[in-house]
Amino acid sequence: MARNKEALLLLLDVSPSMHTFLPEVEKLCSMLLQKKLIYSKNDEVGIVLFGTEDTNNELTKEVGGYEHVVVLRHIKVVDGDLVEALQQLPRGTVAGDFLDAIVVGMDMLIKKFGSTNKGKKRLCLITSALCPIKDPYEGTKEDQIGTIAEQMSAHGMKLECIVARGRLSGNVDMRIMDENDLLLKLFSTKTTAKTLYVETPTSLLGALRTRSIAPVTIFRGDLELSPKMRIKVWVYKKTAEERFPTLKQYSDQAPPTDKFATHEVKVDFEYKSVEESSKVVPPEQRIKGYRYGPQVIPISSAEWEAVKFKPEKGVKLLGFTDASNVMRHYYMHDVNIFIAEPSNTKAMLAVSALARAMKEMNKVAILRCVWRQGQGSVVIGILTPNVSDKDDIPDSFYFNVLPYAEDVREFQFPSFSNLPASWQPNEEQQEAADNLVKMLDLAPSGSKETLLPDLTPNPVLERFYRHLELKSKHPDAAVPPLDESLKKITEPDPKLLSQNKPIIDAFRRRFELKENPKLKKSTRRLLRERPSGLNEEASMGDGSDGQAIKSIENTSTVGVEKIGDSTPIQDFEAMMSCRDSPEWVGKAINEMKNKIFDLVEDSYEGDNYLKALEYLVALRKGCVLEQEPKQFNDFLHHLYKYCEKHNLNSFCESLASKEIMLINKTEAADSEVTEDEARSLMVKKEPKLE
Amino acid sequence: MESSAVGMWKGTSKGWVELFTHQKVQNGWQVHFWDNDCFKTIFYLLFGSIPNRTNPYSLFCLQREKKNLQDLNGVFVFNVAEREYLDRPTARLIKEFDRIEELFMKEIGSQYGIMSGSRENSLYNALWAAQALLRKGSAKTADKRILLFTNEDDPFGSITGATKMDMTRTTLQRAKDAQDLGISIELLPLSCPDEEFNVSAFYADLIGLEGDDLALFMPSVGDKLTDMKNQLRKRMFKKRVVRRITFSIVKGLSIELNTYALIRPTVPGTITWLDSITNLPLKTERSFICADTGALVQPTKRFHPYKNKNVKFTTEELSEVKRISTGHLRLLGFKPLSCLKDYHNLRPSTFVFPTDKEVVGSTCIFIALHRSMLRLKRFAVAFYGGSAHPQLVALVAQDEIIAGGVQVEPPGMHMIYLPYSDDIRHIEEARENFELLHSDITVPTPRATDDQIKKATALMRRIDLKDFSVCQFANPALQRHYAVLQALALEEDEMPEIKDETLPDEEGMARPGVVNALEEFKKSVYGENYNEEDEGHGKASDASKKRKAVAENAVKESAKYDWADLADNGRLKDLTTVELKYYLTVHNLAVGGKKEVLISRILTHMGK
Repeated sequence: MARNKEALLLLLDVSPSMHTFLPEVEKLCSMLLQKKLIYSKNDEVGIVLFGTEDTNNELTKEVGGYEHVVVLRHIKVVDGDLVEALQQLPRGTVAGDFLDAIVVGMDMLIKKFGSTNKGKKRLCLITSALCPIKDPYEGTKEDQIGTIAEQMSAHGMKLECIVARGRLSGNVDMRIMDENDLLLKLFSTKTTAKTLYVETPTSLLGALRTRSIAPVTIFRGDLELSPKMRIKVWVYKKTAEERFPTLKQYSDQAPPTDKFATHEVKVDFEYKSVEESSKVVPPEQRIKGYRYGPQVIPISSAEWEAVKFKPEKGVKLLGFTDASNVMRHYYMHDVNIFIAEPSNTKAMLAVSALARAMKEMNKVAILRCVWRQGQGSVVIGILTPNVSDKDDIPDSFYFNVLPYAEDVREFQFPSFSNLPASWQPNEEQQEAADNLVKMLDLAPSGSKETLLPDLTPNPVLERFYRHLELKSKHPDAAVPPLDESLKKITEPDPKLLSQNKPIIDAFRRRFELKENPKLKKSTRRLLRERPSGLNEEASMGDGSDGQAIKSIENTSTVGVEKIGDSTPIQDFEAMMSCRDSPEWVGKAINEMKNKIFDLVEDSYEGDNYLKALEYLVALRKGCVLEQEPKQFNDFLHHLYKYCEKHNLNSFCESLASKEIMLINKTEAADSEVTEDEARSLMVKKEPKLE
Repeated sequence: MESSAVGMWKGTSKGWVELFTHQKVQNGWQVHFWDNDCFKTIFYLLFGSIPNRTNPYSLFCLQREKKNLQDLNGVFVFNVAEREYLDRPTARLIKEFDRIEELFMKEIGSQYGIMSGSRENSLYNALWAAQALLRKGSAKTADKRILLFTNEDDPFGSITGATKMDMTRTTLQRAKDAQDLGISIELLPLSCPDEEFNVSAFYADLIGLEGDDLALFMPSVGDKLTDMKNQLRKRMFKKRVVRRITFSIVKGLSIELNTYALIRPTVPGTITWLDSITNLPLKTERSFICADTGALVQPTKRFHPYKNKNVKFTTEELSEVKRISTGHLRLLGFKPLSCLKDYHNLRPSTFVFPTDKEVVGSTCIFIALHRSMLRLKRFAVAFYGGSAHPQLVALVAQDEIIAGGVQVEPPGMHMIYLPYSDDIRHIEEARENFELLHSDITVPTPRATDDQIKKATALMRRIDLKDFSVCQFANPALQRHYAVLQALALEEDEMPEIKDETLPDEEGMARPGVVNALEEFKKSVYGENYNEEDEGHGKASDASKKRKAVAENAVKESAKYDWADLADNGRLKDLTTVELKYYLTVHNLAVGGKKEVLISRILTHMGK
């Protein structure tokens, strides 16, 4: 048997309690076999069903008993037949006894391999564990499990149990369920067994690692607390992205009669001088060049090797720090795991002591790591404790890389509190948001966390392998639609949504969204009404595109009293003198501002400037009369800035010539501007904030 | 594109000398101002460490000698050969700049500011010169800036009366003119140890500060150089939106978000392949050749071997397979922050910030959710369905953090890419296999005792990095890379040494308190008289023992042969492969292959 060849026996519960899960069991197991077909072609697999009407296994013939257990396929090297057998599992009619199935499976493995292949034999049990277990002929069930576990350890078998239970319906016997859970737990204490509980079909799909990858250490050596205190550790990858398989290019050039055609495509690279495209440069005559300002500096790899940064291999502690000093979003890479050197008890103790102390004090360690000798870079990273709550799993550490100074781009964003008042949620809105965050809960207490990354399969890969299987039978098969259980990953769960319908509806009612109407039609910017007290940062709006000043339509201005195009100044004055409501003044000022701004904005080579200045004089007069200096001053500042940004200097100059300046204290007591300051506006500007 | 003119204005009474070296000035003007690395760091931020940036810069100083286009007094535009005044920084410029202290003393420096009685206004001239330099390019496409470094808060302080008024007025007018042309002026004041830089004395007007901004200005610039470095760095990067995405919260309610890459690994820069003979850049041409017939092909299909067949896919089918969502970010629900484990990470996170540009009201919803998530300590789980990388993400709300007037953490959410079950490995459980293979009894997993944990806690208190902040280190490999490039560009013989900041603090570790704590911890977990080398090797695997034995034997056996003689006389072929392998094993060579291969390997190794 090849080195990493594995023998796997699938023990599948097909009893009625499992029927809702069977479509996913079929998918999960065929995915497992498909990946074996691609990545580990020599693995051997057998299938045992239990909870069936029939009985068909060797033990029943030899010793009797073991009813309702069917060996669907004997252990054999993976092939398409196995995949197909799994795609149409029969639905059983009777209760299934998982212990019987385990014994049958064990018997098959022992008969086939004896005590060879230790550690390469695996039993995978998928059951609901809701059916009663028959009492053994002698002794208790616990004793029986003890015997089975002993046998498993002796033969080097592993047991993986996946217990699939949906929302429990009323007719479930809690006593049986608890007993079964206890029995399964017993396995993990006595032998190498792992039990996983899943609640949804989606997590069932992710419950089994369908592709087995032999773990490879990226570092074995000392974790150096100081030159005098070292801990022997092994470092592995904890997460590593499983990528979409790279497919080879296909060439259809070979004649169809050619049985040995590879249909592969070779990619050939030719290097040509940019100037002389006829001359081909052989690859070995190439040399790497790095950009340095306008120059490109050639460096041969030998030269580079001689001068490059060459740190010593090793993992060194820089110190400990509060966990709050390193925020989660600074993690740069996939995750590594540090475990103590296997079978080195002292190292395990040291790791355990550190991990537990770190957890207790809420500390993390900062490390400097060079994994391999000759590696050209070092990483600074964070070591966090992973304290195990299971007796059979030792404590370990997680490690992630932190950014260097060069890797961080410190952009400035406006504070939320500085954003305009209209963008701030009011109390009702905040309450609606609170409720949504509280109730759209994926990890409700008393129930399993849904969409747990550890149990969520990659929908793209699932779909690809399914399509591959379909295509192997029908080359023209269409891409299968994403099935329901996978849709739960990409879309919100309809059940969760319907449960929280009132909250969602309330949320939707509280907030109003609308398309920015002005944006689509043209890119022209309109003056936005700026609530008083707004600072410059806020006018940068969404932070990214500061100049995009949005228009918030003043819908209330529709009426008789409106500044028209024919006699705007008169209209303005009329509105300002309207005494029936204090609103008019504000409205008049705003309308006038808009008008002036539009004029300035739309003017072509200053043709509107005279008009704009006229209006501005009127506005100033009005503001002085109504003692609204801030309105005018802010607007004038705004106008200046706008002109400055768009090179409309001539307008500013004409302002100066007309002596239009800020309203100062002597004119309006509320103004913060002194006379001198007002005069110096022409020479006083804020730089653009970046 | 971005162009900046960097103005350095040296004042009269307070020299940079004091600022940078904190030394008392003796004998008048001993200019040491480049002694300190700090300013160099700033300078390298501008030019040095980022040689890939290709923005044009110009440098000028206010000096005695005049050297500028307009023939203005007191302005010296610093430049080197083969470079325009406003151009991308070249290696030569950087090198020359290193010598500026010397140059300043000997050639350029005036050692004076604006003196009473003088009609020359060098600040005015400098602004004019800078403006002229930045004339190139339209205001729309280029971001033009003047960075003004100075420690003189009142440049016209020594002058009085009408002259002062006049100078102030004209200088301010000059600045305004520059700003009108779309040039922004940024002031980077350098305070002296004993004197605060008073912005309001003159510069507030120049750069247009008022009210609250004025009050905030100094704290935000800070009198510490590190702060200034940060300030400068923040201003160096142009904020760029990676992508605008739609975040669908509930059905019919989608807001707009901008995504930003705040943290991404910086790499040494792209490689340009050159012809090693002519040093001219090369272009790569790619052609596809059918492996069976050798014909040139333009493949449109791909295949995957499966069940002894080649299953073919078209490009469209493959992209259809990957298209599992609409490409939006879709909210799925919320979880408590404790559900986000340390190992739920794959790539650097992405920052999201709302925008009201297309959908008015986005920011409001975002702020409301942001607040709720912070208060309830929950994160959002969403599906981000781009065609390239459809993935589950965690959206973690981050509150704004401001320290010393500088925004340390912007408010918004960080999008953390979550792994799928396919991406997570169960390494810690693998120990079981090991036990299974190597021992029959299941030993209980060793757990630290309370005493050991207490010792570890004590140790942690000793080696505590109190003000550790992420990204406080420069990447030594990258620094080295740039330094080597610069040295090569300038054809220097000696390679510069780069300080590796990432090495542990040996002095600190040697402090008696730390050493004691370490010793205590060691004793507690390892016991007395512990010999590290023995532990762990006691159970060295059989394979390694065997390997060791083979190697020892080979050394013994190999000594019996006169290999050189055998090789010279061509008698290696008379030996058996077992004998040949002695030589190979001793010299750590591969032992695989046929006899001829072994012999040729030996000969190659001997250099024959």
